[in-house]
Amino acid sequence: MNRHVIRDIVTTRLAATVLTALLLPAQAPAQTSTRMPAPALPPLLPPSQLSGPLAGSWPTYNGDYSGRRYSTLRLIDKNNVAHLTLAWTARVDDQHEAGAGPGGAVTTVGGEGTGDFPTGNPSVRGTVLEVGGILYITSTDNAWALDGRDGRELWHYFWKTRGGTHIGNRGGALWNDSLLFETPDDYLVSLDARTGNENWHVQIASLDEDYFSTMAPVVVGDHVLVAASNDSDAPGFLQSFDPRTGKLQWRRYMVPMTKDDPALETWPSLDAARHGGGNPWTPGAYDPETGYYITGTGNPTPSYTGVARPGDNLYTCSLVAVKVSTGEIVWHYQTSPHDTHDWDSAQTPILFDAVINGRPRKLVATAARNGYFFVLDRVTGEHLLTARFGTTVNWAKGLRADGAPAADPGKSATIPGSLVSPTEGGVTNFQPNAFNPDTGLFYTHENTGYQVLYLTDPDPRGSMGLGGKRFALLGATGNAFEAIDYHTGKAAWRHVWPGRSGVGTGVLTTATGLVFTGDTNGNLVAMDAGDGAFLWHTRIGNISNPPETFLIDGRQYLLAAVGDTLYSFVLY
Amino acid sequence: MARPAMPTFLCWTVALGATLALAQAPAPATFPDQQRPAGDPAVIAHGRQLYAVNCKACHGGDLRGGDLGGPNLLRSQVVMSDQHGEAISQVVLKGRPDPQGGGPPMPAFPLSTADVHAIAEYIHGVLRDKQRQGAPPPGERQALNVLVGNAGAGRRYFKAHCAGCHSPGGDLRGIATRAADAGALQDAWVAGRPPVAPGGNPYAIHTDPKTPPTTVTVTLGDGTRVHGRLQRVDDFIVSLYADSGGYLSFIRDGRPGVRAVDIDDPMAAHRHLLGALTDPDMHDVTAYLATLK
Ligand code: HEC
Ligand code: HEC
Repeated sequence: MNRHVIRDIVTTRLAATVLTALLLPAQAPAQTSTRMPAPALPPLLPPSQLSGPLAGSWPTYNGDYSGRRYSTLRLIDKNNVAHLTLAWTARVDDQHEAGAGPGGAVTTVGGEGTGDFPTGNPSVRGTVLEVGGILYITSTDNAWALDGRDGRELWHYFWKTRGGTHIGNRGGALWNDSLLFETPDDYLVSLDARTGNENWHVQIASLDEDYFSTMAPVVVGDHVLVAASNDSDAPGFLQSFDPRTGKLQWRRYMVPMTKDDPALETWPSLDAARHGGGNPWTPGAYDPETGYYITGTGNPTPSYTGVARPGDNLYTCSLVAVKVSTGEIVWHYQTSPHDTHDWDSAQTPILFDAVINGRPRKLVATAARNGYFFVLDRVTGEHLLTARFGTTVNWAKGLRADGAPAADPGKSATIPGSLVSPTEGGVTNFQPNAFNPDTGLFYTHENTGYQVLYLTDPDPRGSMGLGGKRFALLGATGNAFEAIDYHTGKAAWRHVWPGRSGVGTGVLTTATGLVFTGDTNGNLVAMDAGDGAFLWHTRIGNISNPPETFLIDGRQYLLAAVGDTLYSFVLY
Repeated sequence: MARPAMPTFLCWTVALGATLALAQAPAPATFPDQQRPAGDPAVIAHGRQLYAVNCKACHGGDLRGGDLGGPNLLRSQVVMSDQHGEAISQVVLKGRPDPQGGGPPMPAFPLSTADVHAIAEYIHGVLRDKQRQGAPPPGERQALNVLVGNAGAGRRYFKAHCAGCHSPGGDLRGIATRAADAGALQDAWVAGRPPVAPGGNPYAIHTDPKTPPTTVTVTLGDGTRVHGRLQRVDDFIVSLYADSGGYLSFIRDGRPGVRAVDIDDPMAAHRHLLGALTDPDMHDVTAYLATLK
C-alpha cells in the first residue's frame, strides 16, 4: 500500500470520529446542559485545505480545483474493482412536515415563497460532497446531510421556492462550517453544515428577469463564486460573495454593459450586448498559482437568430480567466465565435501540466459542446490546439487563424432547413469530464445526434430567447465514449455504446488506471483507463450525477445517484 | 462598428415578427408561481390604445422594437422587474434624454398616473404571453417557403441513393399528399418515418423516430441461432422477443455462451445517409418528393 494512502486513511478516520461525536450534542442539546462553554470545534473544512489534489475526501464540486476528477486513492484497482459491493442505498425526499418522509431527520424550512406548488420529486443531479465521513447532498430546493457509513439522514433543509426553472442543482460548497448552495429562484443559501440550520440567504440574480440558478458555488479563500442561468436574453455574470456574511464582493458581466467596453466591437449595439447572454453557469476550475478562476461561458442570445447580433459576441462561448480577488478578466479565448445553435461553452475546463513541443506548460483543456477539443496555456490564454472530437460535427468550415471553428452560416437555422450535427444538447454538455495524468488521456462522452434545423422567425430584428426556430430530431448514429490524447486531440480509444440512447452523466478516473461513468442503458461501469476494457458494471438505472470516490474509515467508497436514490459501493 | 442598428422595416412591426413560434406546444412561459395574475381587461384595453398612440412607432406593435430605434420591451430588464408600473413610469415620465448606449433619445411623456399604469398593465399583459425559453408571444403564422430545391436534381439523387429501397410509384406514392406541408415532408424522409399528416402540427419539435423494429440474431456457443425483435442491448446483455415466441436474454460479457450478436436495424441505412447528405441535395430531394402527389 502506498504511503499517501495510509496518511489519508489515518486523517480521515480521525476526522470522522471527531465529527460524529460532535454532531450528537446538536441533536440532543439536553445532554449538554452544563455551564461550561462548548469547546470550539475545528472548522469542518477551512478553505486553506482546498488546494491539494483529490485524495481521502471529496470536498468540492470536482473534488479538487483542477477539474480533473482524478482520484489519487489506490484501494480500488483493476484487479479488485469487480469485487465492489453495495454498502447501502438511501432515498432522499423533500417532505418537510414534522416527522414526515422516509429519511426521518429534522427538517429546517427556509425560503421566501409559498412552497405550496409541486416541483417534482427531488433528483440528485450534481456532485455530493464528502468530508469527515458525512455526505452533503443538494437538489433543487433541498439539502441533506447523510452519514456516509450507512446513508442515514442527519438533517434536511427545505427551501420554499418562489419559482424559477427547476432544471437541476449541481451541488453545494463547504466553507469552514457552512454549506452553501443555490436555489432555482436565485438565492445563495448558507447553512450550518452540522445542523442544517440556516445562517443567511441572499438574492444573487433577479427571478423577475427570468434568471434561474443551478451552479455549485466555488469557494476560493474568502470568496464564494456563483453564477446563474437565463433563457430570456439577459446578460450573464459571475459574482463573488463573502462566504461569512453573504455580502457581494464583485460582479463581473460576461458581455459588455457599458459604452467603453472594448468587447463592444464584437456586437452591433450596446442594447444587443446587454441582452447577449454568456452566463458562466457551470463550476469552473481554479489555479492557485495564478489566482485565476477559469470558466466556460454560455451562448449568446437570442440563441438561434444570430441576425440580431452580428459579430463574434464576446465573451460568450469562451474560456475566460477571472482574477478571483477583483473579478477582472485576465484573458479569454472564444471556442465558438458567434454561436447560433445554443451550444454554450459552459463545460468544466480541466487544468494539468505537461510538456508541449519540448516546453513545460501549464495547460487548460476543454471538450466543448460544439464538438471541438481545445488546449490553451492557462497562464496566458495562448491557444495551442484545436481538434474536432465530435465525429459527426458538420457546422464549421475548418478553423480560423486563431484556432476557433469557422462557423458555416448555412448551418444556422434556415428557412428551408439545414442538416446539423450535433443537436441542441451538443456533443457534450455540463456533465463533467475527467483527465488522467498517468495515461495522459481526457475522457468524455460524445453525442452524435442529427437534426434538421429550421428558421421559423425571419424577422430581421431576430427572435428572443431560444425562439424563432424549430428542429426535427433524427436520432444519433452511435453515441460514444472516448479518450482524447491532448497532444493531438485524436482519440486514443473510442467505444461506441450499443443501442441508440443518449448519455447524461460525468466521468471519474483514478490513479489505479480506472474510469467510472454511466453508459447509455443504466449501467454504472468501470473501464480500464488505458484501453476502455470493461472491468465491472452494475445496472442501477440512469446515473444522474457524476460518480465519485472517497475514503471512510480506511475503506474506499464509490458513490452514484439515480434520481432521488443514492448507491454507495465499497470494497471490504 | 458598435453602432446601434436602426430598424427600418415598417412591415415587421405587428404580427409578422412573431410568426410560427406559436405552433409549438403552448407550455407556460415560466414556473406557475412566476406568472402574474391577468390584469383588468378594461385597463389593458385602454393601455393598448395609449401605447399605440405614444409608444408603438418606436417600440413596435409587437413590443419587440420598432422603426424609430426603441428597444425590445419584452426582454427589457426594466419592464421585467417592474411590478405595478413603478419602474416603467420612471422612464415614461422622464424619458431617456441622454441614452447610455449612444442610440436615439426617448422623449418624456407627461401622462397621468392612471394612463402610465394602464400602459404598464398592457405591456405586462403582452409579456404574459411570452413562450417557454424566452421565446416571443405567438404571432400570426407566416408561410415560409421550404421548397427551394430543384425537383429534377432531386429525382436524380433519388435514383442513385433511394431507389434501391423505395419507389415513387410504390411505397412513396402520394407521399406529398400525405404530408401536412413541405417541412413535414422533408422531416419525414430525412428521418425515414411517416410524415405528419395534413391537419397535424408540423411545427412541433419532432423527436427521434423509433420505427420500424430492430431485430437481432444471437449465435450461441454451440452454433445455435436465435432471432427475434430486439428488446434491449448494451455491452453486457442482449434481450429479445424470439420469433419462436417468448422473451430471451443473454449475458454477453465474453464468457462462452454467446458467440455473436448481430443487430439488424432497418433504419441504419437512413441514418448513414446523413453523414453524406448536403443541404442542397436535401432540398432537391424534398422538391422532387413534393411532386409525388
Ligand atoms: C421616439 C421614440 C420613442 C418613443 C415614442 C418611446 N420610446 Fe421608450 N425608448 C426609446 C429609446 C430609444 C429607448 C432606449 C434608450 C436608452 O438606450 O436608454 C427607450 C427606452 C424605453 C424603456 C426602457 C427600456 C430599458 O430596458 O432600458 C421603456 C420601459 C420604454 N422606453 C417605454 C416606453 C413607453 C411606455 C413609451 C410610450 C409611452 C415609449 N417608451 C415611447 C424610444 C422611444
Ligand atoms: C437501405 C434502404 C433504404 C434506403 C437507401 C433509403 N431508405 Fe427510406 N426507408 C427505409 C426504411 C426501412 C424505412 C422505414 C419503413 C418504411 O416506412 O418504409 C424508410 C422510410 C422512408 C420514408 C417514410 C415512408 C413512409 O411513408 O412512412 C421516406 C419518405 C423515405 N424513407 C425516403 C427515403 C429517401 C428520399 C431516400 C434516399 C435519400 C431513402 N429513403 C433511402 C429504407 C431505406
